[in-house]
Amino acid sequence: MTQQYELRLAGLGGQGLILAGIIVAEAAGIYDGKFVAQTQAYGAAARGGFSRSDVIVSDEEINYPKARELDLLLAMSQDAYEENLPLLKPEGTLIVDSTYVSEIADAHVYAIPFTRIARETFGRENVANIISLGSITQIVPYVSEEAMARAVERRVPARFLELNKKAFQAGKEAARDAIHKSALQDEVQDEI
Amino acid sequence: MEAKLLMGNEAVAEGALAGGVNFFAGYPITPSNEIGEIMSRRLPGAGGKFIQMEDEIASMGCIIGASISGCKTMTATSGPGFSLMQENLGFAAMTEVPCVVVNVMRGGPSTGMPTLPSQGDIQQARWGTHGDHPIIALCPSTVREVFDLTITSLNFAEQYRTPVVLLMDEVIGHLREKVVLPQVESIEIANRTQPTCPPEWYRPFEDNKSGVPLMASFGDGYRYHITGLTHDEMGFPTTKKDEVTALNHRLHRKIRQAFEDIMLYETFLMEDATAVIVAYGCVMRSAKSAALELRQQGKKVGLIKLTTLWPFPRIALENMPEQVQEIFVPEMNMGQIYREVTRVNQGKLRVRKITKVDGELITPDEIIRGIKREGADSAKRY
Repeated sequence: MTQQYELRLAGLGGQGLILAGIIVAEAAGIYDGKFVAQTQAYGAAARGGFSRSDVIVSDEEINYPKARELDLLLAMSQDAYEENLPLLKPEGTLIVDSTYVSEIADAHVYAIPFTRIARETFGRENVANIISLGSITQIVPYVSEEAMARAVERRVPARFLELNKKAFQAGKEAARDAIHKSALQDEVQDEI
Repeated sequence: MEAKLLMGNEAVAEGALAGGVNFFAGYPITPSNEIGEIMSRRLPGAGGKFIQMEDEIASMGCIIGASISGCKTMTATSGPGFSLMQENLGFAAMTEVPCVVVNVMRGGPSTGMPTLPSQGDIQQARWGTHGDHPIIALCPSTVREVFDLTITSLNFAEQYRTPVVLLMDEVIGHLREKVVLPQVESIEIANRTQPTCPPEWYRPFEDNKSGVPLMASFGDGYRYHITGLTHDEMGFPTTKKDEVTALNHRLHRKIRQAFEDIMLYETFLMEDATAVIVAYGCVMRSAKSAALELRQQGKKVGLIKLTTLWPFPRIALENMPEQVQEIFVPEMNMGQIYREVTRVNQGKLRVRKITKVDGELITPDEIIRGIKREGADSAKRY
């Protein structure tokens, strides 16, 4: 049976989601040795319009290259969350940037304030994408942490490497908290 | 060679450099920008020239001039820019100047949807420039194929002294895949045949067996005349019936004679197929998924992938297995290749089109639904 995972990173132009998609694809394709297809869609504006990046990770050659039913949705804006949620598989994983996504209908969610962490810890919002990649490696098994870290190193500008390494680390830690909270949430649900 | 994550547009640039392009002129336009961007960075270091012109008309003129002086040339654009290039594209066809035009198709008509895919320029590639000219157009479906077909386009342009259009679409242009590129030494490269006779004996448009005249580079000592006017063997304008007919016939003959080499296509799952999907470019990928899914449901579906679009690879349809009953043509236009398929089919088999023009890649499900709805065994009521 083919193992194929469809990931979508969605949000606003300027949030670095296309770069994030390229890093995921490079990690899974080159360093984990899987088949990958990475595509993107964005509005005409450089900042503020919609932006999304799809990555398909598979054991086999990929024909249709776009995401259809998502195994993972990373939503970095309220609009991106609302637009893409219907495509998430019932058993799919939902991660949101809780800095921007506040109204969440789905109880099974990893809500992590990527942009707030970026702003408060690093003084710049544009590392939110790398923080989210750190989190993704802890939450879903499609891309190994090692591969992702190598791809981040390869794709970010050299002078920002240290900053991005720290951001990646911060993402991993933030995810661990979110996983803990999500587990508690599940227990509460069970009791009710 | 190690595996790389490469975008379709990056693969064009890599193919161009591996295929020997040493002159690139262009004008930026989405979604083809990465091609010019990479060429501007890489070409000067590789001993070539990159020039950004004031528009696409000038870009096309520029690569024609450079080609005549002996360079291997290319430009890249998208719909609106491709329209501007048409007049000079015709000049290149008439004067038999090798060059490659990459058109990364986006939504149209007019400025349309710059960031979204379409396959709307298929017939434009064939008939966009006036006059009864032949043309070659190739269409890739994967990033690796983009690399290969860029080289094939350059080779065809040189071998047949003709402009070649590499028809990409936004999906393939911006798709990133893992690819392993071939060793440079293993790549076959064709170059135009140059005259060896003394300059005073050179007849620049003289016919021969291949129909492709020998091409001297400007500056090599062979003085000759080039004009878009209908010309004689020496390159000077003529309206003499025998010379006019000879030129027009030769322009077509040189491509027609080479049909078997030029018409590239692939077939999948055809042995027992009763229904066949004919597809090209990004849509071929959806069609392949659809064929595999329909096979699982028990419907015997095959696939013909058209790689060459012009001249239309009619042999792909003429060599169809006997049991085939129907053909489906999914496209991201209102049926431009469907028109060719029906022409070649001549009413023998049932042909149906499945179109989508909303700026999104057609999905396998949409193709499956189209086949179930339009197929001979459909439950659709009329």
